[in-house]
Amino acid sequence: MANATTNNDTDTSVLFDAPGPRGRQRIRIANVVAIVIFAIILVLIFMRLHNPPEGENQLAWDLWKPALDAEAWTDFYLPGLWMTVKAAFVAVIGSVAFGILFGVGRLLPAAPVRWVSAVIVEFCRAVPVLMMMIFFWRLFAFMGMEDPAYWSVVLGLVLYNGSVVAELVRSGVGNLPNGQHEAALALGLTRTQSLMQVEVPQAIYAMLPAAVTQLVVVLKDTALGSIIMYTDLLQESRRLGSMYFNILQTLVVAAVIYFVLCWLLSRLAEWLPSRMQRHTAAPAEPEVVAPIAIMDPSNVNQIAVAKESGELPRGGAPRTYHEHHRGSNASIHEWQKTRYMQGYDEKHPDVARQRHRLDVPLPGVPGARKNRDEDESHDDERPDGQERKA
Amino acid sequence: MNKRLSSTAGRLIRTACAAVCALACVLSVSACGADDEAGKIRIGIKFDQPGLGFKKSGTYVGFDVDVAKYIAKSLGYSEDQIIWKEAPSKQREAMLQNGDVDMILATYSITDDRKRVVSFAGPYFVAGQDLMVRKGETGINGPQDLNGKRLCSVTGSTSAVTVKEQFASKVQLMEQPGYAECATALLSGIVDAVTTDDIILAGLASASRGRLRVVGKPFTVERYGVGIKKGDTKLASQINNAITEMIQDGSWKRAIDDNTKGVAYTPNAKYNPPTPTEGEKK
Amino acid sequence: MNAFAQLFSQYDIPGAFLVNIELTLWSALFSTILGVMLLLMRISPISSLRRIARGYVELFKNMPLTIIMVFMVLGVYAQLKLSFSTTFATNFFWLAITGLSLYTAAFVCESLRSGINTVPIGQAEAARALGLNFWQAATQVILPQAIRGSVAPLGNTFIALLKNSTVAAAASVATETSTMMSEMIEYHADLIVPIFLTFAFGYVILIIPFGALTTYLSNKLAVRR
Repeated sequence: MANATTNNDTDTSVLFDAPGPRGRQRIRIANVVAIVIFAIILVLIFMRLHNPPEGENQLAWDLWKPALDAEAWTDFYLPGLWMTVKAAFVAVIGSVAFGILFGVGRLLPAAPVRWVSAVIVEFCRAVPVLMMMIFFWRLFAFMGMEDPAYWSVVLGLVLYNGSVVAELVRSGVGNLPNGQHEAALALGLTRTQSLMQVEVPQAIYAMLPAAVTQLVVVLKDTALGSIIMYTDLLQESRRLGSMYFNILQTLVVAAVIYFVLCWLLSRLAEWLPSRMQRHTAAPAEPEVVAPIAIMDPSNVNQIAVAKESGELPRGGAPRTYHEHHRGSNASIHEWQKTRYMQGYDEKHPDVARQRHRLDVPLPGVPGARKNRDEDESHDDERPDGQERKA
Repeated sequence: MNKRLSSTAGRLIRTACAAVCALACVLSVSACGADDEAGKIRIGIKFDQPGLGFKKSGTYVGFDVDVAKYIAKSLGYSEDQIIWKEAPSKQREAMLQNGDVDMILATYSITDDRKRVVSFAGPYFVAGQDLMVRKGETGINGPQDLNGKRLCSVTGSTSAVTVKEQFASKVQLMEQPGYAECATALLSGIVDAVTTDDIILAGLASASRGRLRVVGKPFTVERYGVGIKKGDTKLASQINNAITEMIQDGSWKRAIDDNTKGVAYTPNAKYNPPTPTEGEKK
Repeated sequence: MNAFAQLFSQYDIPGAFLVNIELTLWSALFSTILGVMLLLMRISPISSLRRIARGYVELFKNMPLTIIMVFMVLGVYAQLKLSFSTTFATNFFWLAITGLSLYTAAFVCESLRSGINTVPIGQAEAARALGLNFWQAATQVILPQAIRGSVAPLGNTFIALLKNSTVAAAASVATETSTMMSEMIEYHADLIVPIFLTFAFGYVILIIPFGALTTYLSNKLAVRR
């Protein structure tokens, strides 16, 4: 099986048998045909660019030279790139701050805080970034702010990506094994303390790779700034093009720069999880899964769940608790509900057995909430020698 | 357990600190440049309009820039005492009102609407809306020839609407974010003409190495003024004197010729050179 | 308030939203077709097809949509002379759809691929054991389950598509919502906040039911194992 495919595509290799001699030959022919068709399409495009029915040869060195020489880089691309990176960097920091604030807000026990956070997050997720940018741009200019284009790009990106990060924080907490929460409660922490000191820090670690993936989105979306005249890489490349009428060429250069940057960031996002996994009990994944459709409070990292099916490469009997995500209470059986909503999974044999035997209210059981809150208030007054850092 | 937790928290705090520091860094970078403005004059121009105001290799070139330099000189500022600022069309009034700039020369037409919030000196040039076409194009000699043709203008500008409403109702309009895109479209043949003020078109045609030409029959009157803070009549008369002087000693004509090199372009003789009288009286 | 009500008679706001919805629906259709094709290429036994599809997805996933839209007009239309109609408005509308479809197809392909991961390997092995070839196994066994498993990420992709349709402004589509909002703000700067909120709530109203539907469908269609 392994020699039938390259390493990159091992996940798909199960779809077809290892080809025999005739199969290999057929694949070879298909390969040649596919490459020839692809090459013909490319050649046709280049021929069209070389000799368009009207206008000039777009491949001429006259047009490419001013798009590539030193002056173009020092005066246009690099300043533009700096503006792009500056906006993306500030926006990412801002959106992580925004996301942690409102993500935690959506998890706090106080209902009004939860609702307000939910409304803000869902609103920011639904409004197109471009609209927010245009609005803030005109508003800031109206208010007489210095550099309105820059701040509107940053704020637009912070609001949208911050709301995505908020969902990542929430799903990160949801993906933690329940034991973390239970252990924290057993140590005498209140629900809020457990959230702030045990669960959220781990959720943030688990979220980091996905946040890097989100950085790619931020970087790409800074290009929207050119629509509101922010002098980013795209805008600067247009300017350069307006000097020599080689806007197509300068745009190609800008596109290549964008692509290389985003591609490197994507690779970083794929490499990070293995490092981050050491600091958290939640699964660290590069994919941004949290914002399933709007109003969907799913806290289960579906892709992680999906990958588990690959853990039995030779088939065989599925594991007994397969519906529990990595031994957590995040159940894919009722995955549209959060752990906080469903409390705990009644279908888990352990839980059912325990409940029968002990008949004690478990943490997270809705019916037991009142009792526990009383305990908490009592716990708060308990003098403890533990040094806690908030 | 506790130790691990607090170390996790500590690391988080350190990370957060680093992030805040980095943020502060970036913010301070963006905030600086506001320093050492004492004894200098801040002038708003376009950075992206070849022939009028264009930023190139750290210097600024164009007709607006030349006029601005002349005015600054007669106000007592040398060239290195000028701070150039970009004044995009939609931010010009706000920049003057907030005092971000002392004056604006950015293809800024004097209109009654604008005079309600800012004052003008000048005009230093009278432009008029015109058309730019490909060199070999003979069928278009004015806006009335545009029926059934394709016309490009920039997003949010009213010049294309003027053509459509007053001259050629069957013209097809394309909107692009900048004139350079329009000129590129014109060169590649997807539009037949580009419209805006003649001097802007002349600047573009000049950059096109002879492949584009300006029709040369302006059909509106746009008086380009120097935008200043509302009610500053003293500055207005100083600027007007400088412009008059510039026209008289020939540098005005030279500036136009330099910036429209390679194009057979003469400004509308009916109005040019203008008599700058704007903004002196309340 | 009166001035605000007057705005509604002056500008056709529902019409602008309709343009965005049309852009979204057409692009959703074409990007789904292209996305499924890319997916089949990506999982096929033919290695060159796999590489081409992989390259396509990487290229479009890491490219700003704004640039793609600008290329649609200045590259595809102006240089390659690909034209849909001699009427400009129609032509730019379809160019914008092409750009959106090309961009979204990469994300559709990725969503479907995450859906394929939800199909247990035993299914593919069973299909092979029954003697199905690649095409049969893919289209009759794997894809039907994969699509059901990828409703949620697909829904996300299409919600993003609806919001991205505002970027059609960069492809000279002058009738859609973001252009109209900018124009309204330009002439009615005093009403900037109500104007923004009108458009923002328009999107909230469009997206929340769609999101709820996605959630419902992904839950209903998910293959229980």
